[in-house]
Parts: sequence; structure tokens; C-alpha cells
Amino acid sequence: MTTRRLFLKGSGLAMFGVGAAPMWLARAADAPSARKKVLVAVFQRGAVDGLNVVVPFGERNYYALRPTIAIPAPKGGTESAIDLDGFFGLHPALAPLKPIYDANKLAIVHAVGSPDPTRSHFDAQDYMESGTPGRKATTDGWLNRALPPSAEVRKSPVRAVSLGPSLSRAVRGHNEAVAINNLNEFKVSDVDGAATFESMYASTLDKALSGTGRETFDAVKLMQSIQAQPYTPAAGAKYPGGRLGQSLMQVARLIKADVGLEVAFADVGGWDTHVNEVGQTPGAGQLANLLGNFGQALAAFYQDLGDRMEDVAVVTMSEFGRTARENGNRGTDHGHANVMFAFGGGIRGGKVYGEWPGLAPEQLYENRDLALTTDFRDVLGELVGKHLGNGQLAGVFPEYARPRFRGLIEG
Amino acid sequence: MRKLLVVPALFLCPLLFIGARSSKLSKDDQVIHALNRLTFGPRPGDVEAVRKMGVKKWIDLQLHPERLAENPELAQKLAPLESLRLSQADTQRTYPNPQMIRAIAAGRQPMPSDPVTRAAVERVVRRFKVKKDIADNGPLEPAVALDQLLTREQIRTLRAGTVEQKRAVIAAIPEDQMDAVAIALSPGLRLQLLPAVDPTLRRKLMLLTAPQQLVAFDLSEGKLYRAILSNRQLEEQLVDFWYNHFNVFLDKGADRYLVPTYEREAIRPHVLGKFRDLLEATAKSPAMLFFLDNWESVGPDTSQRRGNAKRPTRGLNENYARELMELHTLGVDGGYTQKDVTQVARCFTGWTIRAPRQGGDFFYNDRVHDKGEKTVLGVKIPAGGGQDDAEKVLDILARHLATARFISKRLAQRFVTDDPPQKLIDKMAKTFREKNGDIREVMKTMLTSDEFFSQTAYRAKVKTPFEMIVSAVRATGAQVDFAFPLARQIAELGEPLYRKLEPTGYSDANSEWVNSAALLARMNFALALAQNKVPGSKLDVSQFTGDPAEVARQVLFTDAQPATLAAIEKQAQNAKAPVVGLMLGSPDFQRR
Repeated sequence: MTTRRLFLKGSGLAMFGVGAAPMWLARAADAPSARKKVLVAVFQRGAVDGLNVVVPFGERNYYALRPTIAIPAPKGGTESAIDLDGFFGLHPALAPLKPIYDANKLAIVHAVGSPDPTRSHFDAQDYMESGTPGRKATTDGWLNRALPPSAEVRKSPVRAVSLGPSLSRAVRGHNEAVAINNLNEFKVSDVDGAATFESMYASTLDKALSGTGRETFDAVKLMQSIQAQPYTPAAGAKYPGGRLGQSLMQVARLIKADVGLEVAFADVGGWDTHVNEVGQTPGAGQLANLLGNFGQALAAFYQDLGDRMEDVAVVTMSEFGRTARENGNRGTDHGHANVMFAFGGGIRGGKVYGEWPGLAPEQLYENRDLALTTDFRDVLGELVGKHLGNGQLAGVFPEYARPRFRGLIEG
Repeated sequence: MRKLLVVPALFLCPLLFIGARSSKLSKDDQVIHALNRLTFGPRPGDVEAVRKMGVKKWIDLQLHPERLAENPELAQKLAPLESLRLSQADTQRTYPNPQMIRAIAAGRQPMPSDPVTRAAVERVVRRFKVKKDIADNGPLEPAVALDQLLTREQIRTLRAGTVEQKRAVIAAIPEDQMDAVAIALSPGLRLQLLPAVDPTLRRKLMLLTAPQQLVAFDLSEGKLYRAILSNRQLEEQLVDFWYNHFNVFLDKGADRYLVPTYEREAIRPHVLGKFRDLLEATAKSPAMLFFLDNWESVGPDTSQRRGNAKRPTRGLNENYARELMELHTLGVDGGYTQKDVTQVARCFTGWTIRAPRQGGDFFYNDRVHDKGEKTVLGVKIPAGGGQDDAEKVLDILARHLATARFISKRLAQRFVTDDPPQKLIDKMAKTFREKNGDIREVMKTMLTSDEFFSQTAYRAKVKTPFEMIVSAVRATGAQVDFAFPLARQIAELGEPLYRKLEPTGYSDANSEWVNSAALLARMNFALALAQNKVPGSKLDVSQFTGDPAEVARQVLFTDAQPATLAAIEKQAQNAKAPVVGLMLGSPDFQRR
């Protein structure tokens, strides 16, 4: 711990010059905090088209494969890619993420994904959430297994939270996990009823329901103090409407309330762009709208958390990529490798990680898709190991005991 | 002496069988079990009726819905839900979306002929035109302001009164002024008044506010009324099952108008028919063609391929082909490859929709069909087959062993247990093959099997949100005059109706529904229903005493677990949570 604090002090000075160290550096360095590290996983359901999210504008084949839906090479404005490193560029709708990249807090991994060849949404999502590609028998999720072993007698009931009306696969497992749709409504509205239901579910012989019931009421008690306080995002952060923005705002609220959150899972659908992926202009259309909302939500979260971001890492994923070639309807069909984002305090950002496999015909996977050079477990494993501090990676990703870390995090 | 011998024998019997988990249910439990699985929960009197008729005979009757007289109340409830009966094209004309209203305003589309719709559209058109003229987009002043039509007191009551008080104000409005009042109300106030008014006025208020929403509204209401009231319960269960199997997401563009016809004409007529017919009906339905993009899929080297600035080059789209095999027929492990996906997609080129955005019907467009030879799952489909190429694909898939197994398994997961015994699946698949995909026969095999009536299956399923809410209404005999608020509750519990975005549909596994947010939502709904806080539903609380054991038998139709009863009995003397609400929110009521 001492070493890290020293490093932070040093790097603060180095990065920002004397007197300009931001609040979070000071806080992280001085406060011996009992605060937990938090990993937030965001799932883009439906298979986002990674090649139009982080655009390989330096690759000639990209434009040959996508005559009508390619994002033009950077030339400023909202109709071309935003240059990252002279080869890759962000989709223009992701402009809100650029400052985070420039602050070296946002890392991108390209040509990453699941090695399983399935192009079934359902199977691929299942594999990515279970963390065991190709293995259907896994009953729990990687994010549940990622929770570091805890010696605390009384563990927080909200160590693992899934945002939305159902408990996502990634968070299911033997560690307690709760689904929260809306923090303010996370209660039994009738006080008398609440007590009776609690004792009813605590003592029922129905095992499945008693387990969830107990976790629920433990979490309800913890939520009461949060519910009493109206929430205003910090630093003028503006969460966009829609599911992801609302989910991330609630995650931020939980983090700031110090109730013991360690892993959170949020998802957002609609990425299955078989038709009219790109609109009349490159910066418009279906994908642009989705990415606009996505980028705003992530950026608002980053801004809202401010110096608390030091404790938090966010990682995004999607079940597979889409065909390198556009299809017959100005869209793309189910493909293979994709792109992932990771940002937060500990992330060494400002860089696109991973070997680029190329898009020449012979370089494509099965002659149609971006080939895979990084296993998604390499990225998740590094976050679980170095950020959450859970060294038992063989338990988190069975059959993948030795992930090849990409160096996304120091150490 | 004889009695003394009999008692221990009876007592021992069930114990002996506990080891063998497939032991059969008692006669009484069989009745409850069958009712819980074939219906959306028993109503008062159902258990006695089935017991009297005999479970076997009752199941057979449910398998032949045409022999069951329908509940007259259902027809009455469905009567106002006009969009459920209209053709696709008429649905669009009657319930125009904002783009269509703009087209009418611009004179590109004719005014609707129906007087109410016309009034509604005229109003929106007028607002649209005025809006276009007003720079700040300020609200349009109504033709007659509300305070010229109603007293201050009346307006205040409409805003803040109880449902009864609001009803009284509405009833006092002279009939010839009603339309003017409806128009003068603000959109927010109109929506607030929905539970307080009769269905006719309710539709008017909706039409004036958001005409297109009425289609989704009618769908949810129709589905709920049928599940609550229909005597043909198994048929309704199967409509729910097959719609979910061939899921279409309502909010994808044109599907907002195509789904009512889809459910009515592609799903409903075939739920107990031949699988091949059901498969073809979905394959040809505009709703599915639109949802999975096949309507835009075009073969290579066809005349429609060449693009221009307005219509860029089109080509193959494999979305439907993949889901057809993965989700509708073979199952993901059914032995097809990526090559089969592409080949099937080629076979389906040309299966499209006439003028899709105008609610058009299916048509085969030979000009965009891929005319070459294809090979699907090892079967050669010769060149030049035209529309028949896809028909052959449907034949191959419907007859495939993997399909028989996959469909059987899906049905067993829904009706028996999450993890049905292989023996049962095999039996069902055998029937499927021998009876040429006759769904009624497959259902019969399942519903008369020992596995269906086994201890393992008994109360093994957690109710879906839809089942939980409908079964609570049925068990308590609650009167529903406005079902839409129930649909919103179902969404809160995690199952927005017609709005599963993924083509997979909802999972039938318990784990899909058991989580904190959903459990709390179930408890809250249960209490709200019992306290008459769900708008549009009325529960007669006088039928329930404060005795938990008695209430349990009234709504569970069997005894509650001791833990459930103890928790309710322990409730503080002055606690106000109604016993029936606690029972509906109990673990016992979440199972079927």
C-alpha cells in the first residue's frame, strides 16, 4: 500500500506539475481508506460493430470492405473518425470519451473477444457472462466469481449488483448478488408488510426463494439510508436518458454511499445492426445514436465519480463483433472479434492495445470477420487480478488459468 | 382394529416413494398440478369442477378448445379493443404514428374516415401545423378552454380527486360536451383519467394523446383479458408459449403495426395444430420478415442489386436464416453450420413484404431471389426452384430429428420442469415424428405422462411475472375494468409484454425470474392488489377473513407452508397489511 501511495504522489507531481495535483490523488495518497475497489462491467447486447466503434482508418481494406457504411478517416467535425493514434479513430458519436482517453485513463483493446466460434447471440452472451466459452454447464458468472475472498464476518449484501429488473448471468453465483432496478423503489412499500415478508422468506423451506429473499431484505435495509437522500450527480455530470445512463447513475450512487459495492453489471441492448447501421451521413443513423447515448453515459459516470474514480474500473464488452464486410442492407451480420474499453483510476489509458490482425482477405477469420488476437479473459483477468486484487484467477476463469495480461494496469 | 392397520399403511406409502422421485402425485395434488400448469392459475370453484370431471377428461377438453364454450364476459372486454381485429393496413390508418400524421398534415395522406380517429388526427394535424408556425413551439390553445366547460371545482377534482370523485365529475358532463372536454384536457390529465372512465372515452383520450400507442395498449389488454377470463386456458398458455418461441419485438419500427396480425393469424390458429403450418405462418408473416430483416435480403446478381444514390446496393442478410435454425427449429446444437446459415439465407431471398411501411402483406419477389443451387443440411436444392426453395427448407427443418427434440424439450421446460427428464423428451419427440409434428399429440403425450404428474414436477416452476399477476387476479376474483396498469406491473416484475428485444424470447427457467428487484416487485404488487391500489382492478376484500390458514386455502387452493402461516400470524396485532396480500406475495404463491 505504501508503495502505491508513494507512486501516486510521485506520478501526481509528474503528470500535473507542482500544485496541480487533482483531488483524487491527494485523497488516495493520504486517506487510509477502507473503501473497496469496484469493477463495473457494461455489456452491449446484440453484438456491437467494433470496426465502426474504433475505426481502423489506417487500413485500406476497411474502406474496400465497407463501401457505404465506413466511417471516414479523421478530418475534424462530426462526420469522420476522431483520431486516436494515427491508425485508429473513435466513432464521432463517442466524442465524450475522447477527453478520458487524452487523460490516459481510457484504454482500448481491439481484435478482442471470445475464442468460441459461435455466432449465436444467446450462446455467445452466455459464454461471455459465464466466462467459460464453449462450456454450457457452467452455472455461475465470472463477475460473481471475481469477488475477492472476504474474511469479513458480515459481508455487504450489495457486494455484487446487477442493474435492471433481472439478475444478469454474469453476477449469478454462490456469492450474494442482488438485482436493483431502481434504487428508490428497492423496498416493500408497506412497512408492516415488509416485516412480515422478511420473516416469511427467511424461514421458508423453498430454498431458491429463501436465499434470494434473505439477500433482498439485507440489501433493502442498507438502501434505506441512500433512499432518504435525494441524489444529484456531482460536477454537473449529465446522465443521458435510457437504460445505461440510469443504471450507471445508480452504480455511482451506490459507490459514493460506501455500502460495500465491489462488482456491478449493467447492460444495454439494440446493437444488432443488420440493416441501415449508418444513416444518411457517416455520423448519423442507428449506430451513431446508440453510441452517442453510450458515450454520454460512460462520460457522465466518469465525471460524476470524480476523485472516486480512483477506486473504480469500468470495462465494456459485447458477445462478438460483426462481419468485416457490410451486408446487403447497409448493415453487418454476426462476426467474430470486437473491441473493448476499460477506464478508471488504475488503467493505463491513452492507448489502443492488442495486435492488429489486418483486414486483407487472407487475414479475416473464416474469410469474413475480424480475427481474434486477444482473449476477452486476458482483459477481464487483468482487471480482476490487479484491480480487484483477486489473485485466484483459476477459479474465476477455469480452464484459462494463465491469462496473458496486456499491461492495462500498472504492476 | 382394521382401522389401526390402515392408518400406518397410508402413512408409510408416500414415504416409501420419496426416494423414487418420479412417484406419482395424489389425486388431489394432480388436480392442483394440472390447473397450475394448464391454466393461468385456478379460480374459485375450478378445483372442485376438475375433480368432479376427472383430471384426464379435463386435460383432454383443454386440448380441444373448440369444444369449450367461451366466457361471454371475455367477448365483452375484447369488444372495445378494435386494433386487435383490424388488418395491418387499417391499423396504420386508424392509429397513425407521428410520421403519418405529418404526412396527412402535408396532404400526402388522406384523412381517416372514422369520425373519432378523424377528430383525433385533425387535432394533432392542427397542432402540428400551428407548431410549425410558432417559433417557440408553445402549446396550442385548445379550441375551447377547459375552464369554459367545467367549473373550477370540477377541474380540481379531475386533477386531485379520488377515482370515484373523478367518475362523478365525468358523469355530470353533458354528452354533447364530452368531446370538447376531452380535447381541452391536457395530455397528462387525460392519462391520469384513464382508470376513471369507460372504455369508449378511454380510447378517445388515448387517441387524442398518442394514437399509435393504442395498438400496444390493445395488445397488452387483450392478452391480459384472455388469460384472466378465457375458458380455453391451455390455448392461451400456448399462444403465450409460441409467441415467445417465435418472438417478435413490438417496438422495432413497422412491427408496432404488424404484431397484432402476427399473433392473431400466424400464431393463434396453429398453437395446437401442425408445427410445419405454424413454422410457415411465422416465416411468411410480415412481422417476422421485418423483425429478422429477411424482407430486405436479396440474392447476388439479381436485378434489384444494383444500387443508386437513393437505394444503395442490397444483398444477402442472414439474420432470419440463423434464428430459424437456432431458435425456431433445430436448436443451437442441432448440427447446422455457418455454411448452412448462408445457404438457407439464399433460399429465403425474395420472401418479402409488399410496401412494408404501409402494412403490406407477404409476397414472393422472384426478381431478387437467388436462383442458384443450394445445399442445406446435406440436402441438395436444385437451381431454379424459386419460392419453393424456402418451402423445401421448412420441410427439411420441420421433419428433422433435432427439431422434434428441441421443440419437445422447450415444451417440457415450460410445462414440466426446468430440466425435464430425457425419457420424457424422447417420448414427446417420438410422437412429434410419428404424428407429423402434430402439436396437440405432442402435448397429449406430455400431459398424460408419469413425468408430468411426478413429485419432481410438482410446484417446481416459479411463475413468470405474467403468470404471477394473472393468477393473483384469478384466485381472488378481482374485477378488472382496465387491464393496462396490470401490464405495467408485469413489466416491473421483469417481463414487459411483447417487448423482449432479443429473438430468443424470455427464458422459461426459474432463474430468469428469481432476483431481488423482481421479488420486491412481486410483494409490492401483491399488497397493492389487496389494498385496491392497482388502478382499474377491484378486489372484494370482504370475502377474506383474517385467518391465514383459511385465506391460504382460498388463494393457494391448498395449505400454505407452516413458515408462511407463522409469519403472518406473528404479524403485530395492529399491523395493517392485509392477509390476502401477504399470501399473494408469499413464497408459496410464487410457485405453480
